[in-house]
Amino acid sequence: MLAHLPVLQVLLPLMAAPLCLFLRRPYLVWIFTLIVSGLAFLISISLLQQVMVSGTLVYEMGGWSGPWGIEYRIDKLSAFLLLIITAMSTVILLAAQTSIQKEIPENRQIYFYILYLFSFTGMLGIVSTGDVFNVFVFLEISSLSAYALIALGKDRRALWAAYQYLIMGTIGATFILIGIGLMYQMTGTLNMDDLARRLPEVAQTRTVFAAFAFFIVGVCLKLALFPLHLWLPNAYAYAPSIVTAFLAATATKVAVYLLIRFTFSVFDLSFSFTALPLQTLFVILGLIGIFVASTAAIYQKNVKHLFAYSSIAQVGYMIVGYSIGTTMGLMATLLHLFNHALMKSALFLALGAVMYRIGSVQLSSFHGLGRQMPFTMAAIVAGGLSLIGVPLTVGFVSKWYLVLAAIENGWWPVAVLILLGSLLAIIYVWRIVEVAYFKEPVAGTDGVREAPMALLMPVWLLVGANIYFGVDTRFSVDMAQAAARSLFGVSP
Amino acid sequence: MTFLICVAVAIVRVKDLFAVAMLSGIYGLLSASLFITMDAVDVAFTEASVGAGISTLLMLTTVAMTGRTEHYVRHKPLLALLVVFVTGALLIYATLDMPYFGDVLAPANLHVAPRYIQDSMREIGVDNIVTSVLASYRAFDTFGEVVVIFTAGIGVLALLSFTRRPEDDAEISSDNISMHEQNMIVRIVSKILIPFILLFALYVQFHGDFGPGGGFQAGVIFAAAIILYAMLFGMGVARRAINQTFVQLFAAVGVLLYGMVGVASMLNGGNFLDYNVLSEDPVAGQHLGILIIELGVGIAVAMVVIIIFFNFADRIDISKHKADKKI
Amino acid sequence: MMILGLYNYWIVVALMMIGLYIVIAQGNLVKKIVGLNIFQTSVFIFYISLSKVDGGTAPILAEGISLYSNPLPHVLILTAIVVSLATTALGLALVVRIKEAYGSIEEEKIQMKDDQEC
Repeated sequence: MLAHLPVLQVLLPLMAAPLCLFLRRPYLVWIFTLIVSGLAFLISISLLQQVMVSGTLVYEMGGWSGPWGIEYRIDKLSAFLLLIITAMSTVILLAAQTSIQKEIPENRQIYFYILYLFSFTGMLGIVSTGDVFNVFVFLEISSLSAYALIALGKDRRALWAAYQYLIMGTIGATFILIGIGLMYQMTGTLNMDDLARRLPEVAQTRTVFAAFAFFIVGVCLKLALFPLHLWLPNAYAYAPSIVTAFLAATATKVAVYLLIRFTFSVFDLSFSFTALPLQTLFVILGLIGIFVASTAAIYQKNVKHLFAYSSIAQVGYMIVGYSIGTTMGLMATLLHLFNHALMKSALFLALGAVMYRIGSVQLSSFHGLGRQMPFTMAAIVAGGLSLIGVPLTVGFVSKWYLVLAAIENGWWPVAVLILLGSLLAIIYVWRIVEVAYFKEPVAGTDGVREAPMALLMPVWLLVGANIYFGVDTRFSVDMAQAAARSLFGVSP
Repeated sequence: MTFLICVAVAIVRVKDLFAVAMLSGIYGLLSASLFITMDAVDVAFTEASVGAGISTLLMLTTVAMTGRTEHYVRHKPLLALLVVFVTGALLIYATLDMPYFGDVLAPANLHVAPRYIQDSMREIGVDNIVTSVLASYRAFDTFGEVVVIFTAGIGVLALLSFTRRPEDDAEISSDNISMHEQNMIVRIVSKILIPFILLFALYVQFHGDFGPGGGFQAGVIFAAAIILYAMLFGMGVARRAINQTFVQLFAAVGVLLYGMVGVASMLNGGNFLDYNVLSEDPVAGQHLGILIIELGVGIAVAMVVIIIFFNFADRIDISKHKADKKI
Repeated sequence: MMILGLYNYWIVVALMMIGLYIVIAQGNLVKKIVGLNIFQTSVFIFYISLSKVDGGTAPILAEGISLYSNPLPHVLILTAIVVSLATTALGLALVVRIKEAYGSIEEEKIQMKDDQEC
């Protein structure tokens, strides 16, 4: 069975989703989904071990090899991403039942879990596959279910946000499809490995250049890289809390993965960074993204909006690290990928707990919450500290490596700007702290109590991880380093 | 091709949404005929049933609900034009180095595809190469495709479904019956036609090995027959004939059937979706595998299209009903 | 020769751009979805154009024919058509819900109503 693990990783949630329809009771479906996600997590651990020991795993679908069939190709980078996605999904699902109970009508809860599983499957599929068209198919699985999930939010603005996301996402996906078509036209293959071999021959043609450009723009739309981020804040703000936590922890990460995969493995790096002035472009966009989004975050009245903008800023950090273009820079990006997933899932889940008790995440309703919901607020503060990059949290670790990478490359101004960006984070996190701890509770909210254990436990699990991986950095740093090195072709 | 441009431009200009929906149907039909001239019969078949059929139907249903006139406000056309212009220029730029249209020696025709053309008969034993590639070489993509459509079905359910009250149901169906009494001739003709359409669906389903066709097209045709029935005899009657829960479960069965073929081949010692191991003789195994997965596709697609249509139509009934009550 | 050889692609590009223009510039939600459809369909035409081979026939094996058009893009587009149907269905479902919730399907009016709430 061990040889089948690469496909089982994706197949398990995929097959589980239609089975949910047969279970009929939301509670049973939740247990079932949780078990499936947990199993997927175990599989990803096992895959990671295999990859670390024996190198890249290749699995041929239908027994057809290489460019004729579709193959799954799991290397260190994929295995790392699989681990992040499955771990986040499992922890978030722990809280799902309690939070969903409040936010989604009962007759739609089963559909929620099915869509959740599909979204999960789609992301796993994108990360595992070694075929560019298969990427498109799984991208659509994950996006379609994400649109529907966002639309399940209580507020009617959720519908509008989902519609905008659908339009933007589909344009992005179609751009990717055009890119794939152009690549296929010039090489005759869809297999990533095969493409990497055949692209250099035609690398100088205008068609391949356009293919690259379309692909990058398509991915950046999904990535919500400034200035293509407009769909993100509303989508995150009005989606059900669980969905926000899940998407924030995973969706943009998968897009970053695609960017790295295509620029490093499919097109080789020398092409990627010379065909377009990509490096300069990305550094600039990344930095502008950090500042514009962080500044926007400061002025938000809705705390979910606030953290959504902060997510865009964090994408900026990842892109800056990526475009430094050294092993160190890439490593910082991957590290931040892992760390950001931890922070944002903790924060958004904690907001889910606030939503559960108060039914709103407007900043004005946070008055005095520090006393009424001490544990939840403490979690938000801890997550916020991590976001700023205070020592002993994961945020510090990734910022540290990011700054090191910039300095190593002689990019002093970039390093300074990264640190300045963190100052902005202090301001927006402080606003929440101020309201929650130093203002009197609004009259008539005396009855507000601490969130139930079912929500607090996963939140604190994530906060614990934030602190643990901030102190003991061996696992995350080693993994990020190994993945980055393998992409640069340095044998470990 | 020039027709396509005309239609597309017309869609930009026309403000009546009803006409826009019809035009987009024509657009689908035109592109389907274009696909035929470019030798893509399977694709043409599918585009005709989707672009000109189901999509248009859904659009008309939506327009019926949302009102047919568009309030024409021009906003930011400059930015839009700029984006479009840059993208278009990039694409034209890309075409400059492309192999010419119809070039036999284009790289795309030289690398992977020849193996499909030369060896698929020996390896799979199916006349229609598109079917071999679809259902065997790239079966995993097709699995993904079924999942996509299933996801859409669930998504529509999650958005549009609601618990209906029995009294609503009774009122609505009584309305419908009185409304549909009139078209006696149409009803009789279609009553005769529907069995034939269903039969044709089955033919397309199992004929995919030799000619164009296969699970997806069959599923759409099958669903079309049911939809025709529903439109003529009223939603209430159709809903009594077809149990919604049953349809949902069957859609899931379709997806699972596909997956189970893959699991069965894993249990028989092959890789996921490796049909060779399903039978003693690899070619027979391929046949068996393709047959079952196509069936899975057919079932899933038919049921999902029915789900989507019924949920749209239900919404209309409800909203009309509310409007009636207000008056 | 160049004009003849690439003419087909240029038409496709023009179609794509009309579709994209509708998506971006039109304020009506249904029309946006129609535009999206046109955009996607044109990409399909592009793929199918890739597969056409002069003198080739439809890729169904038959005696005495040795030149077939390329079957791979056909397969990809079959999948992509289904994906676009799925997107259309979901998009329209959203439009229906938006109409119910906002009473309008014009981009500006919806935006206006949202801004009032904030």
